[in-house]
Amino acid sequence: MPGRVLLIEDEPNIAEAIRFVLGREGWSVVTHENGADAVARVRGVAPDVLILDVMLPNRSGYDILRELREDPATARLPVLMLTARGQARDRETAEEIGVSRFMTKPFSNRELVETVRELGVAAGVRE
Amino acid sequence: MTDPLRPVFVERRAYRRRRLMDAARLLPFVGAVLILAPVVLRPEGRAMTTAPTLIYLFAVWFGLIVGAALIARRLDDEDRGAD
Amino acid sequence: MVPFNVLLAVALGYVAFLFLIAFAAERAAQRGRGFWLRSPAIYTLSLSVYCTAWTFYGAVGYAARSGLEYLTIYLGPTIVFLAWWSLLRKLVRIGRTQRITSIADLISSRYGKSPGLAVFVTVLAVVGTTPYIALQLQSVTLSFSVIARSVDGGWALPNVNATAFVVAAGLALFTILFGTRNLDANERHHGVVTAIAVEAIVKLVALLAVGVFVVWGIAGGASDMLSRIARSPIAEAAAPGPRWVALTALSAAAIICLPRMFQVMVVENADERHLSTAAWAFPLYLLAMSLFVVPIAVVGLEILPEGQNPDLYVLTLPLQEGREGLAMLAFLGGFSSATSMVIVAAIALSTMVSNHIVMPIWLRMNGGRGATVSGDVRQIVLNARRASIGAVLLLGYLYYRLTGGTEALASIGLISFAGVVQVLPALVGGIFWRGATGRGAATGLAVGFAVWLYAMFLPSFGDWVMPAHVLAEGPFGVGWLAPERLFGLGGIDPMLRALLVSLGPNTAAFVVVSLLDFPSPLDRLQAAQFVNVLDNSRRPAGWADTRAEAEDLLVMAQRIIGADEARAIFAEFAHEQGKAGALPDPTPAFIERLERELAGSVGAATAHAMIAQITGGASISVEDLLAVADETAQMMEHSSQLEAKSRELARTARQLQEVNEKLRELSEQKDAFLSQVSHELRTPMTSIRAFAEILMAEDGLSGEEVRRYSGIIHDESLRLTRLLDDLLDLSVLENGRVSLDSQECNLHDIIDSAVKATESIISGRAIEIRREATAENVRLRTDPDRLRQVFINLITNARKYCAAASPVLRIRVRVLRDGIIVDFIDNGDGIAPQHRDIIFEKFSRLSDQAAAGSAGLGLAICREIVTRLGGSIAYLAGEAGTAFRVTLPRQADGRAPVRAGADTGVSSEGEAA
Repeated sequence: MPGRVLLIEDEPNIAEAIRFVLGREGWSVVTHENGADAVARVRGVAPDVLILDVMLPNRSGYDILRELREDPATARLPVLMLTARGQARDRETAEEIGVSRFMTKPFSNRELVETVRELGVAAGVRE
Repeated sequence: MTDPLRPVFVERRAYRRRRLMDAARLLPFVGAVLILAPVVLRPEGRAMTTAPTLIYLFAVWFGLIVGAALIARRLDDEDRGAD
Repeated sequence: MVPFNVLLAVALGYVAFLFLIAFAAERAAQRGRGFWLRSPAIYTLSLSVYCTAWTFYGAVGYAARSGLEYLTIYLGPTIVFLAWWSLLRKLVRIGRTQRITSIADLISSRYGKSPGLAVFVTVLAVVGTTPYIALQLQSVTLSFSVIARSVDGGWALPNVNATAFVVAAGLALFTILFGTRNLDANERHHGVVTAIAVEAIVKLVALLAVGVFVVWGIAGGASDMLSRIARSPIAEAAAPGPRWVALTALSAAAIICLPRMFQVMVVENADERHLSTAAWAFPLYLLAMSLFVVPIAVVGLEILPEGQNPDLYVLTLPLQEGREGLAMLAFLGGFSSATSMVIVAAIALSTMVSNHIVMPIWLRMNGGRGATVSGDVRQIVLNARRASIGAVLLLGYLYYRLTGGTEALASIGLISFAGVVQVLPALVGGIFWRGATGRGAATGLAVGFAVWLYAMFLPSFGDWVMPAHVLAEGPFGVGWLAPERLFGLGGIDPMLRALLVSLGPNTAAFVVVSLLDFPSPLDRLQAAQFVNVLDNSRRPAGWADTRAEAEDLLVMAQRIIGADEARAIFAEFAHEQGKAGALPDPTPAFIERLERELAGSVGAATAHAMIAQITGGASISVEDLLAVADETAQMMEHSSQLEAKSRELARTARQLQEVNEKLRELSEQKDAFLSQVSHELRTPMTSIRAFAEILMAEDGLSGEEVRRYSGIIHDESLRLTRLLDDLLDLSVLENGRVSLDSQECNLHDIIDSAVKATESIISGRAIEIRREATAENVRLRTDPDRLRQVFINLITNARKYCAAASPVLRIRVRVLRDGIIVDFIDNGDGIAPQHRDIIFEKFSRLSDQAAAGSAGLGLAICREIVTRLGGSIAYLAGEAGTAFRVTLPRQADGRAPVRAGADTGVSSEGEAA
């Protein structure tokens, strides 16, 4: 069975769309919309896959990812980063920090589902 | 064709001019020597004979005048040529 | 046969003729038609003032006594004129460049413009010249008496002294008339010079005529004449060598030092090039003047009775032979000789006396006041000249009376010569030796003058000045102090002794004091200028042209006008000179041109000084230095202006840098803005695309879900549209391309409409809006749509962000004299002070809890609009909640006046009805 996805996204409509799409694929999706306590939420939820927006209130997605990568417990957590600022530099920054996948908004639903599934398989989530 | 030759001409003219100036500077000394010669070079105690000395002096005098005129004229021409 | 009356008439007629000549010359010069007045011929003839009555009459007497010795008087000047190139040219050049007015002026000017020296030389000149003037008076009087006596058979002039006085007075009149007509800057007297030239011809013709008559009329031609000479008493003469040399040297010195010679040779010189003619023509004149002297003397000695004064042979020979006409011509020749000398000497002396004695005294007495009125001084100077001329002639006359007119003419002439040549060491040293100093010159002059007075001048007066025993045995019996045996030189020739005892100590003192002295700066400057005058001053071409100079000039010119331009000028000139290289010969023409070029950059005086320094020594006059100082001051001022400018430039550079910095920031901001815009656009598009794909791909959606997702798509589309609208709005506003539709409107209506518009917005919570209806009732001229946009934004913000439990927005309106204030105050948390400035920036959302759907452009747009409307918007501190204040002018467009009483009249307060 698919695993658990934590979605950190401040735009409610986007969060709803992702939850719907992944939910239809069998993922259980937990959403969180604030950057400040995102890391704590990750630890609490312990997701199989993390979907992280870059532009979050109070704390940027990069910061959150950096902290996660520094923590051994989450260092290998598959992270899909989403951003609406589709500039090359953003992708580079994300990859330097150790993002697993990077997607720019708007994205295709199917692509999102595929990516999350790949990340889930890599993380040992059974089909 | 004339251009390469001109500096040589000027050089020569400048050289001539300097020698003319030398002559002009020298002339009074030549004159003084010639004029004073008959009395200074006269043997001690001998009086001066008027007539020959007179002719000599006037001849020298006139010669100096002609010399001065030639030099002055040449220098004048040079001046006008140079202007 | 010729009655005295006729003689008198001829003399007076001749004088009248001279007056006419002088007058015509002055007129011609004034009308500028006198080019012939400045010919080399006139110049040469005017030099003949050297040949005075002494040479006209006296030379024959001299020859009758001493044989050929008289020739030294002419040969000395001949040698000097042969040296025109190195000596006379220098004198004339100095005279012209330094505007020298007399020999005293020259000496004074050379030695640091010393007034003391000028006075000294003037006194020396007056004392030395006075006997000479007396001599002329005597010769005229004598010739008068000779002719008159011969005509009337022993008739003598009733009063010789009266004749002398009349002659002196007449000459004074002539000199005053033509010598002081005007006060020329260059001190040239065309009338006088022309008259003298005419007199020069008359005396030459007269002497030649008498000579020709003697040789071919009395003797039997040239060869007969020579044999007569050989048979005459002067066939042989002792002619001691040292005396010959001394006399030649003395006359050579005299022609430079005599004030009258200096006057005609230097002061009256109109063109330096005339010297090259005079260099040979004047010796020729002298030769002609002396050609027949010996024949006349020989024939006179031969045929005239014993005891006749040989000084008057020129007159008495024709008379003896019954040639009254020739005698008359000879008389006019002698008269010419005398008068021309006296006139020129009087002019020269009067110039000195008035310039160096009278004027300084007058100026001092007037405490310098008079000098401020130029016309006044001019008259004073002219009067001083006139008085001086009178005084000089009076002195001459007095000397003539005192010496009794008995002295042989020649000896007076020699004494005079010896007096004036005391100037020689100072003069020659001054123009050839840079080390000569003012104190050296003064000491030398004083020593020489004193010795001359004691040993030569005073004894000439005779017993009543210097008793015979002093003359013979010396004062107080000290033998070596006796004038005739001074310093134990009694045994040698008096002439040589006189020269030795005066010029010797003079020169020695001059040299020694100069060597020991340290000259004043002015002294040294003038020394350089005088000694190097031929190298430095302009006129004739190319004295000292060396390559090194041209290179130096190029180096300097490059420094001043820049390398390219300097090289261009040099190359151009080199080409003009026909030279292949880049360096022209530094001819005066070139140097003059270069100086002009440089002057354009550094000023004339500086350019001149710089060029002069390179072209050899320092030919800098005090005026040059002052001008340099002036220019330096100007340049300092200029440079301080430059400094100010450079400060300004630095400021501008700083400003530019700041602007640059700002531009860089702006560029970064633009990048950030674009990135932001991208984000803001992509966010709603993400939702739209995601839900659209869901709607497209999913079949099993419930009606509720479909409706909801379609609603989200719709909302996000609206958000997108709004965002695009805002961006467009902002861009239009920021580019200033917005067109305001100003009209009369009521603030109340605008707020109403804004509030209504916000109520229709679905998102956001409801907010209570408290208004002041009466206060809002203000008429203003503005663009109501734009203003409403601002209000909507502010109200919307309040609805979005006011965190109070029951949000309240208060809209407060206040009318000021020339503006309206609209405050929007809610009861929320307010905005932290550090954020109050950035909220008006684009995309400056502070928190986004309730910010969904806002790109943070609202306040930026508000600010742009209000600014366009001529007002301002600011965060209003000091209120409980978030507060914004919009300040509006009564009329949005100042150029569109409010129509008086158009509506309610509220807005037209103060307007004339």
